[in-house]
Parts: sequence; C-alpha cells; structure tokens
Amino acid sequence: MSNLKGKRILIAKPGLDGHDIGAKIIALALRDAGAEVIYTGLRKTPGFIARVAVDEDVDAVGLSLLSGSHKELVAETMQELRKLDAGDIPVFVGGTIPAVDRAELMDAGVMAIFTAEMRLDDVVAEVARALTPVQAA
Amino acid sequence: MTTVAKSAALDELAIPPPAPRTPSGIDVPLLATPDMVREPDPGLPAQFPFTRGIFPDGFRGRLWTIRQYSGFGTAEDSNARYRFLLDQGQTGLSVALDLPTQCGYDPNDPMARAEVGKVGVSISNLSEMEILFDGIDLSKISTSFTINGTAAIIYAMYCACADKKGVPRAKLTGTIQNDILKEYVARGTWIFPVRPSMRLIADTILFSNDATPRFNPISIAGAHVRDAGSTAVEEMAYTLANGLAYVDELLRRGGDATKFAKRLSFFFYVHMDFFEEVAKFRAGRRVWAKLLRARYGIVDDKALHFRFGVVCGGSSLSAAQPYNNIVRVGIETMAAVLGGAQSIFTCAYDEAFQIPTEFSAEIALRTQQIVAYESGISKTVDPLGGGFYVEHLTDRMEEEILKVMDDIDAYGGVVKAIEDGWLQMRLAERATERRRKIDSLDTIIVGQNAFRRENQTDDFGEVFKLDPKGAARVLEKFEAIRARRDNAAVQKSLDDLAAAAANDGENLMPYLIDCCHAYATVGEIVTCLKAGWGEFQEPVRL
Repeated sequence: MSNLKGKRILIAKPGLDGHDIGAKIIALALRDAGAEVIYTGLRKTPGFIARVAVDEDVDAVGLSLLSGSHKELVAETMQELRKLDAGDIPVFVGGTIPAVDRAELMDAGVMAIFTAEMRLDDVVAEVARALTPVQAA
Repeated sequence: MTTVAKSAALDELAIPPPAPRTPSGIDVPLLATPDMVREPDPGLPAQFPFTRGIFPDGFRGRLWTIRQYSGFGTAEDSNARYRFLLDQGQTGLSVALDLPTQCGYDPNDPMARAEVGKVGVSISNLSEMEILFDGIDLSKISTSFTINGTAAIIYAMYCACADKKGVPRAKLTGTIQNDILKEYVARGTWIFPVRPSMRLIADTILFSNDATPRFNPISIAGAHVRDAGSTAVEEMAYTLANGLAYVDELLRRGGDATKFAKRLSFFFYVHMDFFEEVAKFRAGRRVWAKLLRARYGIVDDKALHFRFGVVCGGSSLSAAQPYNNIVRVGIETMAAVLGGAQSIFTCAYDEAFQIPTEFSAEIALRTQQIVAYESGISKTVDPLGGGFYVEHLTDRMEEEILKVMDDIDAYGGVVKAIEDGWLQMRLAERATERRRKIDSLDTIIVGQNAFRRENQTDDFGEVFKLDPKGAARVLEKFEAIRARRDNAAVQKSLDDLAAAAANDGENLMPYLIDCCHAYATVGEIVTCLKAGWGEFQEPVRL
C-alpha cells in the first residue's frame, strides 16, 4: 500500500454538482493510505476551496466534478490558488471528464485526472508518487 | 479516443467464476427447491400483497410508459429533442433540468454561471417552460420532471403553463420527483432544511390530489442511493423508509391516507444481477402494501399499490468498451419488465460519460421497443411467479429489506439519520466496498476490469457537443423577461408567498402558482423562502 503518512489533502466539490460519492470514496482511500483528508462538502466556490487549501496548508487539492463544468471550475480554482500565492499546490481532478477535455486540463497544469474505471490503489499510488520528492541518485 | 490506463497487476490475476451470492450478499442456492419457498402459492396479481403485480392483466391492457430522460441547453434545444423522441414512438416525456434550476439559482447568479444548460435544460421562469412545451399537448402527453429542491416551483410552473395553454389542470398527467430525503443522502440538490422541505412536499401532494388528480406529485426514489453505491436491498429499504416518513408528514398536515397514498409513486435503478432485480421489485411491492395496511389501517387496494418507474443503466455502465452497455441495458430492461415496472427509462450506451447523441438515444429507445414488441415477455403476467428461485429470492429480499428498515428505526428514524449524516456515512462506506470489489475482481465488469483487449481504446463514436452559445442565449432571454414583466406584480406575489410560508397552516401551492404567473424566477422564489426558512447545513462526516 502506498504511504501518504504526514500528507494533508483537500478533497473538494466545486459548483452545484451533488454527486459526492466518488469524492468520498477517494477521501476514504487516501485516508486509509495514511493521509489526513479534509473534505469540503457540496457546492463550494473556487475562491472558498483555494482559501481552505491555504488555511489548512494542504499538500494537494483533489477536485471532483461530474457536471460537465470541469473546464471552467478547475481553471477558476487554480486561478484562485495563484491569487493566494499557492499556485504550487498540486491539483488533481476526478469524475466524468471526457477524453477530449483531458489534454487541455493537463496543459493547464493539473497533476492527474482520475476516472471511474481506475482502480483505487492505482489512484492512491499516483497521488503518492506525485507528492513524493524525487530522490537524487 | 478514450484510453484507460491498463494496470499491470490486473493481468496477473486470474478471473474467478462468479461467487454464489447476489450483490446484496444473499446466498444463491445451487438448485432452488419447493421447500425453500415460504408461501408455496404466490397468489394472484392485483391481489394483496401484490407480489405478482398490481394489474390483473399485466402489460396486456397497457404497456409500460417508455420515458427517456432528456434535456439540455436552452428550452428550444430540448423542445426539438422532445419532438424527435415523440415522433419516434416515445410515450411520455422526462425533463432533465440543469443544476442551477435544480438548486434554485437564476442563470445570472455567480454560483450558476459555469453550469447553465449543462446537465439539463435551463428553466428559470414560466416563459422558458412555455417554449419547452411549445407544440406539445399537455393534456395528452405525460411529463416527468426530475426535480426535488425546487419541485414545488416547477410543478407550480407546470400548472401555470397549462393555464396559459388553456389545458384544464385536472387533465395534467406526469410526475415530479419531489423526494428531498434522498437528495440529502445521495443526489445533493437540497436547498432548505429537512423540516420545511417536508412541509413543502406535503403541500404539493395535498394540493395535487385535488387540483391535478391524475398527476403523481412525488416519486420516492431509491435510484440515486443505489447508483451511489448501496445494494439492491438497501435501495429498497431506504426508499420505503423515506416513503413512510412522507406518509407521516402528510398525516400531520391533515391528509387522508387512503386518498394521498393512491398518488405516491416510486423510482429505482435496475442494475445487472437479473434475478435479484426482479425479486427486489416483487418484494418491494409486497412490503409496501403490508406496511401501509399494518401501520395506517389502509384497506383500499388502490392505495396499497406500489407503482414505480425505473432507470436501466447508470453506474452499472462503463466507459470501457462502451458499446457493451447496449447489451447491459437490454438485460436490465427485461428485469424491469419481469419485475412489473410502470415506466422505464433506458440509458444510452454513452450516458455514463456524456449527454446522449440522437444516435445513441435512439438505440436506447429501440431497446425498449424490442423488449416490448419482439421478445414476447410482456404477454403473460409475472411469468417468473411460482418459480422456486424467484419466490425464494423474493422472500429473502423481503427479510433483508425489513432488517435494514429496522436498523434505521433503531437509529431514531430516517429524518434523524439524515440530519446526523449517519445514512450518508453508511452509504459512503458501502460505495467504497463496492469499489473494492470491482478492484479485487469480486465483481466483474467486462471490458473494464476483465476481458480487455490489448491496447484497448474505448472509442464511442460521435461526441455530443453542447451549443457553446446556449448559456449566453439563456442569459439574454432572462434579462429580457425581467425587463418585460410587471415587477410590482412579481414583488406582490413574492410578499404573499413569504407571508404564507411563515404560517404553517397555509398550503403554499396557490401562492407559488401566482408567483409563476407573474414570471417570478426560480431564484427569486427560492431566495424569498430561504429568508424565512434558512438553508440545509450539510453534515460533512468522513
């Protein structure tokens, strides 16, 4: 099992989408892997999410979107993070993200995109890999 | 197109044969025998407790309603799709509304901006609904609205729309989902706290029983809880528990149980375990009738009838090898018919990841027509009745459903369980368990976690494209109606509504209809009610 001990991760639901079970499953899986997970609950604005990320000093932010509004809301959340000088906090995205939109999100600096077909252990491993500094040889 | 990362570990796992348990965890006998059945004679359809169905002639008198959930973009876009579906032989409409409309925000609200017209059509006021149903005869077509937090407003708008078109309200048929309890647990479009929400629901039902007696003012839904992760047993148990909570509220507000119970309807998912799904519906029908009779002394058969619609697909579908979903939906449709559903919505094969195209929507519709007109399974009533396995499983489902309902009672009832976040937590744990079972190959999803092709690409054909100018057009129309309407009349209707909302003895429906006639917007009406009632505070528990 991947180790996320000592890592703080914010899982957030931006916008009006009420499908929160994926967010909760990921939150529970990350917690099982040792992370301290903060979950925002539903219907949060990008500004609110960025503020919580900074206040809670998190190592990563996971955004869950199944409403088709991922392009707008992910970009806005990253913008809000930058406004708070927290643009270096990695952001990963999960939910219903059509293939045609994935490149654009990755180009915008998203750390990873997770969809419903992926295994939980793989999701956790990828988050862990991204949050572990590369060791010098 | 879609390429799902292939997991190396997966290839090393052998794919085991299916375990001899249903997804709800009920043991499946190798061979079912007569001694496994509690009641050797399952009775007759249309006879208490209705295990075999509520109609004596099954689907011979009338087929189920073919009702495809649809709606996107502007009212004009959705009106065109509805006319297409009706031209293709669909028999009822099912309106998908966008999230701002569902959550009570006008299209110009900062919370709404990114979501106007995305997952459904934007209907912010009566002028939009008039466009939505342009050229559609509301006295002939039944319309179902998947609407909850703002259900009373949308229903009021539908009445006002009928008034404007000169259709007598008494002729309206259709359904509003109007089931707020499951929104708190699984679907998330709640607005007000639980108690005023329950009042609003009771008001719609009591008003509808007189004003629109052929309309279903509630569709108590297990579908969303199921799709989020519950088992079939829990889906039925939570839904029946919610149903009883509505009955109690209706009685508190002076309703006559025999009268309102006739208009309560239900809504469920059908997932892939064929016999468990059939047994779930047979057991649900039986449990509901028995509970209403035992708890409330209802004896009128019609008031004991468990009428339900279903949706086939949802989270049982996969974005991996997406055309396989057509087969899944076909199997699920057969389970729905053999379970005795009154209306069916079949998901399109691409519905797991986009709004269906006209092409995929047509295949979903044809799936039902093939089952209805070619398969022959609708010709005789409850053809699986009396089968040892199906009767055994129906008995077992009934026992397990009652056990889960007892758990909820022991906690303090469904309202408390929701306000505390207990039910939500239970669901999250169950969903994680379901996920783990897929990951461990305990649950097989062909093409996703097993039987994948080398270098599989999950191409699904046509990509649905929402008109990018739709949201801007919605906003333009919104500003135009606000400039055109009589703003003094709007304010008066809202003031009257606020006064009525403060008085628990009033039924709010006539006030809401007045607001809609004045072209008050969904956002204005919700803001007015929030001022008096406040908002639901989500219990965030992990």
